[in-house]
Amino acid sequence: MHLKYKIQGGNFSKAGFASSEVKKILRQLSIDPKTIKRLVVALYEGEVNIVAHAYNGLITVDIDTEKVTVTLKDNGPGIPDIDKAMEQGYSTASAAVREMGFGAGMGLPNMKKNTDEMTIKSVVNEGTEVIFINYI
Amino acid sequence: MKVCPTQAIRVRNGKAEVMPERCIDCGECYRVCPVHAFRIGEDDLSDIIQFPVKVALLPAVFTGQFPDDISTDRIYQAIHQLGFSHVHEVEQSVDFLKEKTLQYQISDDESPHISSFCPAIVRLIQIRFPSLTDNIIRLRVPHDLTAELIKNNFIKEGYKDSEIGIFYITPCAAKIAAVKSPVGEDKSVINGVINMDSLYNKVMALIKKEDKTSSAQHRTHLGANAITWSLTNGESKHAHGRALAIDGIKNVSEFLEKIENEEITDVDFLELRACDESCAGGILCTSNRFLTAERLQKRARKSELANRDSDLTGENNPEATRFLEQKMTLEHIEPRPIRLDIEIGTALKKIERIRELMCFLPGFDCGACGAPDCRALAEDIVQKKANVSDCVFMQHNNLLDREHAQRIIYKIWGEEALNKDCSKKGAKNEGN
Repeated sequence: MHLKYKIQGGNFSKAGFASSEVKKILRQLSIDPKTIKRLVVALYEGEVNIVAHAYNGLITVDIDTEKVTVTLKDNGPGIPDIDKAMEQGYSTASAAVREMGFGAGMGLPNMKKNTDEMTIKSVVNEGTEVIFINYI
Repeated sequence: MKVCPTQAIRVRNGKAEVMPERCIDCGECYRVCPVHAFRIGEDDLSDIIQFPVKVALLPAVFTGQFPDDISTDRIYQAIHQLGFSHVHEVEQSVDFLKEKTLQYQISDDESPHISSFCPAIVRLIQIRFPSLTDNIIRLRVPHDLTAELIKNNFIKEGYKDSEIGIFYITPCAAKIAAVKSPVGEDKSVINGVINMDSLYNKVMALIKKEDKTSSAQHRTHLGANAITWSLTNGESKHAHGRALAIDGIKNVSEFLEKIENEEITDVDFLELRACDESCAGGILCTSNRFLTAERLQKRARKSELANRDSDLTGENNPEATRFLEQKMTLEHIEPRPIRLDIEIGTALKKIERIRELMCFLPGFDCGACGAPDCRALAEDIVQKKANVSDCVFMQHNNLLDREHAQRIIYKIWGEEALNKDCSKKGAKNEGN
């Protein structure tokens, strides 16, 4: 099954919509609640990353009987140093974003922790693509 | 049908059918049903006769149902007059529970800890938020702990287990279900359940008939914490760390959604209650919920001034504490998610089919098909419990003839559903 969600940069009130929708679908399959939770936490982190950093983005979710593959693609500033972004506590979020309770520098490391496979591709001033896979 | 938080209700053959695997016994349907179709089964008050010891286990909210000029003593006395040999208030074990909850919060690391107090919430989590079942505090609720303690005290006095009848006076349907089919324990210690509204009527009739005031026998007293325990904030104000109290099932669902996504992570304790104003808003309460809460707050202040403590547990009763420590733990609480199919491939196909059907169904969520919304009808169609032609708009599109369409509507709403009826809610002879 193929799901697609458009994400608007800067719209924090809608952050979490895609994660909740995907959760509703996964819940109806016979998947262990803990597995669903890991995936949804990773997806929510990814969704917030797009909202906090990029101009707009697209999340696609592919579900088959063995795994869920999530692609988060955005048009945005890109990540200059991916290794550094993977360190806990490192954040490039603006002061305004931090004030809203986001941007603690936990996003990517937390995503990685909750996924089985994760790859990041990024081009500065163009955008970022994160692909992760969780086995179900 | 539409208020059900787990979409458990369908209308078939003119009646509301409840799917038992989805029902969390919250009673929202009972609150709103225009034809009072839902009944809440209770035990008969005459069942108490068979027991030599007849205990009424009374939640403090019961005393908040009555006007200010009727004293708690008078209420106790009336309950004795109805045939109970003893009256005990449920919240007599909360001093104990308060301490144990604090210890639990330290020893267990599934944060946030969610109180097990409201049985409708426990069931809601099992069904709609199954990944959070481990967050529920595995401690039994006050009415069970108090019942265990009372039973034990009578056994120590020389009574047999079978001679002691403990009857719980319930403010809601969820607590009945918790007694009849408990979660996380084999069998409830309580022998029967009496609905609060029916006991209220009986007590009120007695009080109106004879206006005497005398102090009751076997009067138990509650401390301020115990009196307010079942009100909103009653538990959370005693918990460690950042503790929130949320009442109303919609509010709770919204919050748990965010907890499950880890959108909210820095909360330590959650007191969650299905009813607005918690147990003061129970569906079997007679009085207005805000007045009930206010009366209990007043009673709590009085108790505070008199410096009262609960009789049964607390510092002065180490033996009771030791006894309850053996009895306090709940077993594992099972997740019970609603699944489309046990086989994941089949479930995936069903979801795809539902999404496809939703392209065609109108999305008005009118409910004429007997399902609460279009999405629920789509699911029923895929599960072969309903047909596309149950939707009146689809009937029109598919050029169903008039009679066929009418047969379908009769099958859902009953043959009399479209007849003129002036006694229905809102019509000119309403209530006749």
